Amino acid sequence: MTFLKGAKRFLIVSAVVYILLKCLFLSGLATEYVQQVVLYALVMILGSLGLNVIYGYTGQFSLGHAAFYGIGAYSSACLTHAFGVDSVYAFLPILFFGGLFSGLIGYLIGVPILKLRDDFLAIATLGFGMLVRVLLDNSDKVADVVGGSRGFIGIPRITNLELVFVVLVFLVVVTRNLIFSKYGLFWQCIKDDELASTAFGIDTARMKSMAFSYGCFLAGIAGGLYAHLYTFLHPSNFDLLKSIDFLVIVIVGGMGSITGTIFAGLLWVGFIEGLRIALPSGMLELRWVFIPIFLIILMMLRPYGLLAQKESKFLGIDKT
Amino acid sequence: MEVLGYILQQLVNGLQLGAIYALIALGYTMVYGVLRLINFAHGDIFMFGSFVAYYLIAKWQMPLYLVFVITMAATALLGLVVEKVAYKPLRGAPRISLLITAVGVSLFLEYFLSLDSMFTPNYIAFPRPFDVVAYDLSLVAVTNIQLIIFSVTAASLFLLYLLVYRSKHGRAMRAVSHNQETASLMGINVDATISFTFAVGAALAGLGGILYGFAYPQINVFMGIMPGIKSFIAAVLGGIGLVHGAVLGGLVIGVSEVFVSAFLSSSLRDGVIFVILLLVLLFRPNGFFGKRREKV
Amino acid sequence: MKALVVTGLSKSFGGVQAVDDLSFSVGEHEAVGLIGPNGAGKTTVFNLLTGFYRPDSGAIEFFGKSITHMPPFHAVSLGIARTFQNIRLFASLSVLKNVLVPILGRIGYGPHAAIFQSKNYLDAEEAAIVKAMKLLDFFHLSHKADLLAVSLPYGEQRRLELVRALAADPKLLLIDEPGAGMNPREVRGLLDEIREVKKSFRLTILVIEHQMGLIMNLADRLVVLDFGEKIAEGTPEEIRKDRKVIEAYLGEEFTC
Repeated sequence: MTFLKGAKRFLIVSAVVYILLKCLFLSGLATEYVQQVVLYALVMILGSLGLNVIYGYTGQFSLGHAAFYGIGAYSSACLTHAFGVDSVYAFLPILFFGGLFSGLIGYLIGVPILKLRDDFLAIATLGFGMLVRVLLDNSDKVADVVGGSRGFIGIPRITNLELVFVVLVFLVVVTRNLIFSKYGLFWQCIKDDELASTAFGIDTARMKSMAFSYGCFLAGIAGGLYAHLYTFLHPSNFDLLKSIDFLVIVIVGGMGSITGTIFAGLLWVGFIEGLRIALPSGMLELRWVFIPIFLIILMMLRPYGLLAQKESKFLGIDKT
Repeated sequence: MEVLGYILQQLVNGLQLGAIYALIALGYTMVYGVLRLINFAHGDIFMFGSFVAYYLIAKWQMPLYLVFVITMAATALLGLVVEKVAYKPLRGAPRISLLITAVGVSLFLEYFLSLDSMFTPNYIAFPRPFDVVAYDLSLVAVTNIQLIIFSVTAASLFLLYLLVYRSKHGRAMRAVSHNQETASLMGINVDATISFTFAVGAALAGLGGILYGFAYPQINVFMGIMPGIKSFIAAVLGGIGLVHGAVLGGLVIGVSEVFVSAFLSSSLRDGVIFVILLLVLLFRPNGFFGKRREKV
Repeated sequence: MKALVVTGLSKSFGGVQAVDDLSFSVGEHEAVGLIGPNGAGKTTVFNLLTGFYRPDSGAIEFFGKSITHMPPFHAVSLGIARTFQNIRLFASLSVLKNVLVPILGRIGYGPHAAIFQSKNYLDAEEAAIVKAMKLLDFFHLSHKADLLAVSLPYGEQRRLELVRALAADPKLLLIDEPGAGMNPREVRGLLDEIREVKKSFRLTILVIEHQMGLIMNLADRLVVLDFGEKIAEGTPEEIRKDRKVIEAYLGEEFTC
């Protein structure tokens, strides 16, 4: 099937990883908590992949990515609640819809703000992120079940290893195919030199919008998976810190590298959760003291990230 | 008549808040003018000012005038340190890296000061070293705090005006905001000018922190985030890089926020500010006083 | 029909009149040189022609079609391509990918074709690479196809700029200071290359150039600008003797 052309290696590696994880989960060696963290890492990879398309490839600095993650989470949770869904198969269209809705909002917001220069775009996305946060906090005035600042409880636990894997692998292949086509090429051109891009036939406004909407779509799907993994949503999960989480993963992994996003996602979540386990509870607050220091040092040494632009042959993500 | 009185009262309250926003916005706009950098950590410098003032008043019982002087000096120093340590090394780097670094500095300041060994993440009551007195002016009531805020802010603006438009340092600042390279060719020490700009902006934010403490006597290490963003929006609203823009923007945002809170709902307060931002960026990205720029 | 007709073109920035009531034309298959001292407004003219700036007044016609208010990304589809004075190659892309951009810009396949890698998409991509490699071959750059474009020596980067513009299949090619920063031997090689290109690709060319040795031997006609105004127009021989032109260049390097 041509959709999967060139992705054979990646599929094999993914299948192997899946089998290993499944055995790990079934064996009882991994506690419920660890299983949840693994799935959360995969969800974060998906969300960060979206930001990588927006920022890593196209160069649009968004500080509001968590807002779209939240929109996907809340909208899909509302739908499962409204339709009383509890099976994976019935959930799939809802998940997809949550992503589409996020992507649509991304598209609409993008129309005015993507024209802005990078620092203004940063502020605009930051502002939008905070606007969404305010709306979520007040959401119980619209529909009580959503809980507003009390939180949205009682979301069915539908997300499992199989669902996350299938969705993630599928979307990685989709993203990879886009990246290796003219779209990915044009996105990188825009990041390099927007003006020269227009001189060579690239409709930059349209391409930027496309990257942004697609990135928000991915964030929305990730949000939907997250909602049905932790079964509880609170607006504070979708604030600036969460947007920065995604940003750190994209930057650490390397702008413009799918492989980098995957590794960095695993590393980052592992690091954060590892600290939670390893550090005595008194030291926990130190996490957010060291993370910004790490970020600043990273900016001084490797502004484009660790694996910028490189894809892994081993994982089978590079272009055949 | 009562309605008019109510509106005027809210206007006064709004100007009080707006004056503080203006002081913070000035720092943003001046730094953006010389470096084209949005100093995300600026709101946290404002917060630091509040905390320094709190310490001086509550723990050391210092006389007020000393509190002002020392706090402003301390925040100016913090501004200088941040510039030298975090921003200067990245002078030639891609702009995004600077933005990310600024975000990093902001987070670091917040979380470092939120440690239990520092200021803790709790809300702390800011001690007012005087009693609140309200002066009844038939239609409105004005408190002594508001008078202090208005007069101190006006005085600072006047001094700032003298500095920026009538002094050698101010000329250097304006030259560097125009064109760094040309300014340095004309013998201006660009690095010193940038540092000086940071220091002045930070001192004003520190002043805002003290006044904020008087007006809204509950402080917290995360208190700088929202005022910081709103003040930045104010600077954009007035025209980023323009001093009079920051003042106008600050007052407009302050008044809008109080009006929305009074006449609509206080929980929508923050939401409206962002709507204002999006509208400004859409229709007049160069701000009220800014000129329409040609692309390329 | 003339390839390019410019009538009364004007553009000012702030108080500065960059281009002042400029009129000239370029016939099909002609090579016209746009010359003048520094700051005469030559690159501004290019930016106006390609839609980067909007003219304050005046009209631009391309093969009879008005392009006065054209959005810049339309230029390629209409058949106009340009190079940049200060080299604007795509820094994170390879030599091959830089050349692929204008080719793929004209190929129509939608995102769904890309996602599902339809036959249409695969064929189009392959054809694009073949075409790009042929072009690179012509310029003896194909052995460097996978190198990062900005890692090439300066002279080759300039030529790559030209290759990239040609990849857009233009009818009109705007070349902005192709010889800048090159030594005389490289300039002679470039001259031959441009002539060859013009012949093989049957192009109309408008060239901005400072180096008289290059432009005098390349252009059929010259248009001379000074302070945004046209001060002379004619064949290289006529221009060489034109007093106004000589005066305008007084104080500048004038090598024939």
